[in-house]
Amino acid sequence: MHRRVGGPPRRRSGAVAQPSIEGDGSIGVADAMRPRSRADRMTIRSSAVTGSGAAPEWKVNGSERSKVAGAWLTLWRSRELIGFFALRDVRVRYKQATLGVLWVLLQPIATVAIFTVVFSRLARIGSEGVPYPLFALVGMVVWSYFSAATVRGSEVLVSNTQLVTKVSFPRIAAPAAAMLPPLVDTAVALALVVVLLFYYGVNPGWQLLAAPVWLLLVVLTSFGTALWLSALNVRYRDVQHAIGPLMQIWLFASPVAYPASLLNGWPAMVYAVNPMAGLLGIARWSVLGTPWPGWPAAISLVTLLTVLGTGLAYFTRAERSFADVI
Amino acid sequence: MDVVQFDAVSKRYTIGQRLNARESLNAAAARLLRGGAPVDGELWSLRDVSFTLGSGQSLGIVGRNGAGKSTILKILAGITAPTSGMSRTRGRVAALLEVGTGFHPELTGRENIYLNGAILGMSRQDIRSRFAQIVDFSGVERFLDTPVKRYSSGMYLRLAFAVAAHLEPDVLVVDEILAVGDAEFQRKCIGRLEEAEEEGRALIFVSHDLETLGTLCPRSLWLECGAVRELGETPNILRSYLASGLPLAPRSTASHAAVAAVRDVRVVADQMDADQMDANPVLMRSDRLRIEVDLEVTDPVPGLDLAITLTTAGGTRVLDELVSDSGAGRLNRGALRATLVVPPLLNVGEFAVGVWLGTSYEEFIDEPAVATFSLHGSDQNRPERVLTLNLPIAVDRRDD
Repeated sequence: MHRRVGGPPRRRSGAVAQPSIEGDGSIGVADAMRPRSRADRMTIRSSAVTGSGAAPEWKVNGSERSKVAGAWLTLWRSRELIGFFALRDVRVRYKQATLGVLWVLLQPIATVAIFTVVFSRLARIGSEGVPYPLFALVGMVVWSYFSAATVRGSEVLVSNTQLVTKVSFPRIAAPAAAMLPPLVDTAVALALVVVLLFYYGVNPGWQLLAAPVWLLLVVLTSFGTALWLSALNVRYRDVQHAIGPLMQIWLFASPVAYPASLLNGWPAMVYAVNPMAGLLGIARWSVLGTPWPGWPAAISLVTLLTVLGTGLAYFTRAERSFADVI
Repeated sequence: MDVVQFDAVSKRYTIGQRLNARESLNAAAARLLRGGAPVDGELWSLRDVSFTLGSGQSLGIVGRNGAGKSTILKILAGITAPTSGMSRTRGRVAALLEVGTGFHPELTGRENIYLNGAILGMSRQDIRSRFAQIVDFSGVERFLDTPVKRYSSGMYLRLAFAVAAHLEPDVLVVDEILAVGDAEFQRKCIGRLEEAEEEGRALIFVSHDLETLGTLCPRSLWLECGAVRELGETPNILRSYLASGLPLAPRSTASHAAVAAVRDVRVVADQMDADQMDANPVLMRSDRLRIEVDLEVTDPVPGLDLAITLTTAGGTRVLDELVSDSGAGRLNRGALRATLVVPPLLNVGEFAVGVWLGTSYEEFIDEPAVATFSLHGSDQNRPERVLTLNLPIAVDRRDD
């Protein structure tokens, strides 16, 4: 258990060696009373020092700002931590929910059913040539991921206050890790999409190969938004209350239940400032073979990169004071 | 080779900022000690603190609540940034500011070892290679696949400390972690810290257990209101720190009843007269204590009796001595002084002196805490025991 240091038994003044029952049931002498002498320690210490190779670099904690460019490097270096954080959340989530997978499917199915009645049957909104339930489901799957990941990401620092104030881990790992667990739900929901593709006999074609690309773009959109919201949430808890309504409005401002092609000309361009507008168009093009969204997609990409870039900048600037203000 | 350079570090908290409970309490305490409100809504938690530490050296930090001890550790660990100045560390820094941060109750012991290791900066490979050691140290191998929410608090702490203790950092930063857990656990922790020192790691240690601090750290830093009061050999620092006057209250409220009134209660070391007491109010565990209760009896009821009690901070009544039990004196009319001498058998800690006055039928005064005092010195790593009698235990070979 412990490495014993040799030398003559010597009792600390005033201390009495107390017998204690150790973990293995044997009777031993209390550790703190174990005989040792300063001289023994010194020899061991020097040998340990010589064994430890070249001197590592200085790590500086000063009053100046850290660089934004370093954030990507930090992310890469903390990939294992991100993995463990994500794994923790997935395990905790599914540990005691026996109907886990069913819950994941229930939400998009219910929403799609409502959308089908309201938007397709009552409002007679078009669905770009594919069956409306399939059209809405693809939109809902993408949206559900974005919404879940963004909400999770925005709360992740505040819900881990203990960690932030007591442990020095790369802060950016927390919102980054929050992006991963909702992917499990997305995978399950995508399986449902595949079933419906066969049911309706829709053949997506070669564009399906682009799926990893738009998925990554959706993840990055969530990440950029979560960087902003999580850092703001540390300072202003109002974010927690605002996020629910924000996501509601954002859902209906995005082409989830209706096609973006309802708009034409410059309104379509303005509409595409919402990054989810372009991404939903790309996702449907890839999975359902609907028309390519065109220029609006490019505008959405520009917004996405802006949100991500500014999010990183704000987060790196704010993270220095997280422990002080959280 | 230096592994820590703390160079003119200052840290300011703005009062307007939302502070966590601990921090704002620290702040409040510091304000109280400094006397007066902070200027311009600012609070300097640290002011111009400098020190260096070579590899294999260790430094203890002492100071009252709010002196800035935790802030130093947080800056060292990189949890918070200094307002001015610079903290430089070489190699891996592991900070144990709290045992068990980042444990998740729903996850098993095994899962938590990996998660916590990763949070503390270990790679998966590091953790895997030390897994056996960690499990061995914690002694929870039978429960590795049980969620930690089903662990006893002792097992939980052991596992949490085990992970942190096997980080193998170059600089180990340890805050008051020994305040939790039982004596056995504390001994184990201290043993592990000693091992870390032996392995050539630099140690920065904050504790209110001055005895342990003394054994672990030959050098200490005394912080007062965020500034370095003294930096030097631990025994010297501890002596002046203790002598600087601890917040003990040997006197307190008087109690009145129809028949008698308690005027004053004092706790002093025996062989110490009143002048000395004011100059040096530190009571040591090894002191013979004299508890003096000044009272005035206005109406000598027949059978009037007085009891002096001692209660620990934990609520255990250690002593309850009646005047009539020893037949030492009687409570007549007039100003009286009751003196109880307690031999050095109490452990370190906080104690309350209580006074009871009454007869077999009536109770006039029952004040369990008319005064409090602290005993300092070594608890010999056994904080749980109330009495230190040093009774011998005979260990013989059994022949059966």
